[in-house]
Amino acid sequence: MKKIVLFLLSGMLVLSLSACGNGQGGEGKTPQSNVTLNVYNWGEYIDDEDFRVNDQFTKETGIKVNYKNFTDNESMYAVLSSGAANYDVIFPSDYMVGKLIRENMLAKINFDNVPNFEYIDESLKNPAYDPQNEYSVPYTWGTVGIFYNTKYVDAADLEQGWDLLWDEDYAGKIFMFDNPRDAFGIALAKLGYSMNTENPDEWQAAYEELARQKPLLQQYVMDQVYDKMINEEGVIAPYYSGDGIIMMDPEEGNPDIAYFVPEEGTNLFVDAMCIPANAQHKTEAEMYINFLCRTDVAKANAEYIGYSTPQTEARAQLDPEIGQNPNFYPPEEVLENTEVFLTLPDETNALMDSLWMTLKK
Amino acid sequence: MKSRSAAAPFGIWMALFTIVPLAIVVWFAFTDQNGDFTLSNLSAIGEHAGAFGLSIALGAIATILCLVLAYPLAYSISRVSERAQQTMVMIIMLPMWMNFLLRTYAWMSILENNGFINQFLRLIGVLGEGQSLPLINTNGAVVLGMVYNFLPFMVLPLYSVMVKIDRRVIEAAQDLGSNGFQVLFRVIFPLSVPGILSGITMVFVPAVSTFVITKLLGGSKVMLIGDIIESSFIGHGANYHVGAALSLVLMILILICMAFTSLVDKGEDEGGMMA
Repeated sequence: MKKIVLFLLSGMLVLSLSACGNGQGGEGKTPQSNVTLNVYNWGEYIDDEDFRVNDQFTKETGIKVNYKNFTDNESMYAVLSSGAANYDVIFPSDYMVGKLIRENMLAKINFDNVPNFEYIDESLKNPAYDPQNEYSVPYTWGTVGIFYNTKYVDAADLEQGWDLLWDEDYAGKIFMFDNPRDAFGIALAKLGYSMNTENPDEWQAAYEELARQKPLLQQYVMDQVYDKMINEEGVIAPYYSGDGIIMMDPEEGNPDIAYFVPEEGTNLFVDAMCIPANAQHKTEAEMYINFLCRTDVAKANAEYIGYSTPQTEARAQLDPEIGQNPNFYPPEEVLENTEVFLTLPDETNALMDSLWMTLKK
Repeated sequence: MKSRSAAAPFGIWMALFTIVPLAIVVWFAFTDQNGDFTLSNLSAIGEHAGAFGLSIALGAIATILCLVLAYPLAYSISRVSERAQQTMVMIIMLPMWMNFLLRTYAWMSILENNGFINQFLRLIGVLGEGQSLPLINTNGAVVLGMVYNFLPFMVLPLYSVMVKIDRRVIEAAQDLGSNGFQVLFRVIFPLSVPGILSGITMVFVPAVSTFVITKLLGGSKVMLIGDIIESSFIGHGANYHVGAALSLVLMILILICMAFTSLVDKGEDEGGMMA
C-alpha cells in the first residue's frame, strides 16, 4: 500500500523527467550503443581522474553512462524501493544485497555475459548473503579495524583488542561509528557474540557496552573521521580498512596513524555490483559489470578507491606496498575470524534502531 | 477572471507539492505497515519527548539570538544610502551561495580542539600547550551552527520591513520630543513587528527541525528530532509510519508556537496603540 502511494508520487517525478528526457526507454533492445546506462554507486568509488573508467567504457562500447552517487545503503534502498528512479547497475553492500534479494528487487545476472567473473577471488564467491552467487559480483571488500595514532597510543594497549575503544586512559580521544550496524557489530564482537545475532538479550548486552562507552567518546563520526584523525583531534577510531589509504597517506594524511584488526574477530564487508529487477538495459549492465572486472579497470579502481579488490589478477599487478599489505589483504588467520553482515530480520532491525535511539538520548 | 487564471499555475503547484504530500504524511502517520488505521505511531512520541523538548529549546535559543543580532543590523542597514544598502544585503546573502554543509564543516574546523580558535588562544598564551576550550561537540556549538546558518533569514525580512518605515514618522517623533530610546520602542519597534514575526518563523522552523548540524558540531551524541525523523526514513529499521507521525507532531508543535507568537504580537500591538 505504502508503495502505491510512493509510486504515485514518484510517478509524477518520472513523468516530468521523461517528458524532457530523450526517450531512452523505447530504443533499448538491439543497437546497444544508443543506450544510456544508469549507474548508482557510492561517492568517490570509481576512478574518474586518471583512467576515467566511465569515459573509457563509453569509448569502447558507445554506451553512455549516467552516473549517480549515494551516501549509504539505506538511502539507496529508499530511492530504489520508492520506484522513483530506474537504475541498471547498483553497488549495495553485503547485507543490503541479501535484503534486496529477499524482496525480489534484484535480477539474476547472466554470468555468460560476465566472463571476467573468473578472476574474482574464490573465497568471495558464493557469499552467505547470495549463497548461489546468482545476483551479485563483488566490487570491493575490506575489514573493520581500529586506526590509532602511534604517537599517543601505547603499543601494549593494543593487546586489549576492541576493549581499546573502552580504555579510560584515552577518554575524550576516542571516536565511534555513527551508524548502528557498525557500532553494534563492534560491541557484539567484543562480547564474543555473532554480529548477526537475532537474540534480543545479546543486543541488549551490546547496548549496555555502548552506553558505557559513550562518556569516553569524543564523538560519533562517519567520514569526518579522516580530518579528525589526521589533525589529531582524537587518537583512536574504528573504521573501514580501505580508508587507511587516505588517513595514512604520507603527504595528505598522517604518517603516525596505524591500523590493526582486533583478535576477537571483525566484520568483513563486501560492496557488490547488482542489477535491479526493473533495470531496462540488463545486457548492457552485464557488459558494464564485466568491464569493471577486467584486470586493467579493476586495477585502476583499486588504486583510486583504496579498498581491496576481489580481482586476483589486478591485485597481483598492484604496487606490493598495497597488494601485499596485510592491512588491506589480511592473512588467512585474520580472515578466518571475520563475519560478513547478513540481512537481519525486521524485528531485529527495529530493536537495533530503538536501542540506538535510546543510546543517543 | 484574469487574475484567477494567472493564479492557476500556483494552485496546481500548491496542490501537487504541498497538499498532496501533506495528505500522504497524514495518511502514513495514521496507518501501519499493512495500511490499517492505527494510533500506535503517535505513541512513539512519548519515547522521543526529550528530543522534542531539546529541539524546541535549542531552536528557541537560536531564534532569540538571531533576533538580537539581526535587529540592530537590519536597522542600521535600512538607514544607510541605497547603494550601501545593496552592498550590505549582498554581503549578508553571500554566504548563502555556499553549500550549507560546507559552511557547517568550516565551523567544525574553527571550533575543534586543534581548530583555529584553540590554536590562536594557545599562540597568544591564553591556553597552555595541550589545553583547549571545549567548544566543539556541545549544545552551544549546535546553537552557533543554527544561528550562523539561519541569521540571513532573520535579517532579510526585518530589513525589508524597516526600509519601508517612513523617515518622516521618525522625524515627527523626534520633533515631538521623543528621545532615541522612545523612538525605537514607540515607533520603530511596533512598525517592524511584521518583519520580526516572519523572521522568527523563518528561523525557528528550520532550526527546530534541523539535522546534520548535530552530527557535525554536536558530536552526534544526542539526537534532535530532525535526526530521529531522518533515521526513521533511512535507518536500518526504517519505519515511514513513525517518521510521518513524528513529522506531523513536529508540524503541529511549530504551528502552536507560531500561533502563540502571533497572539503575543497582537497583545503588544494593542498595547502599543493605546499608549
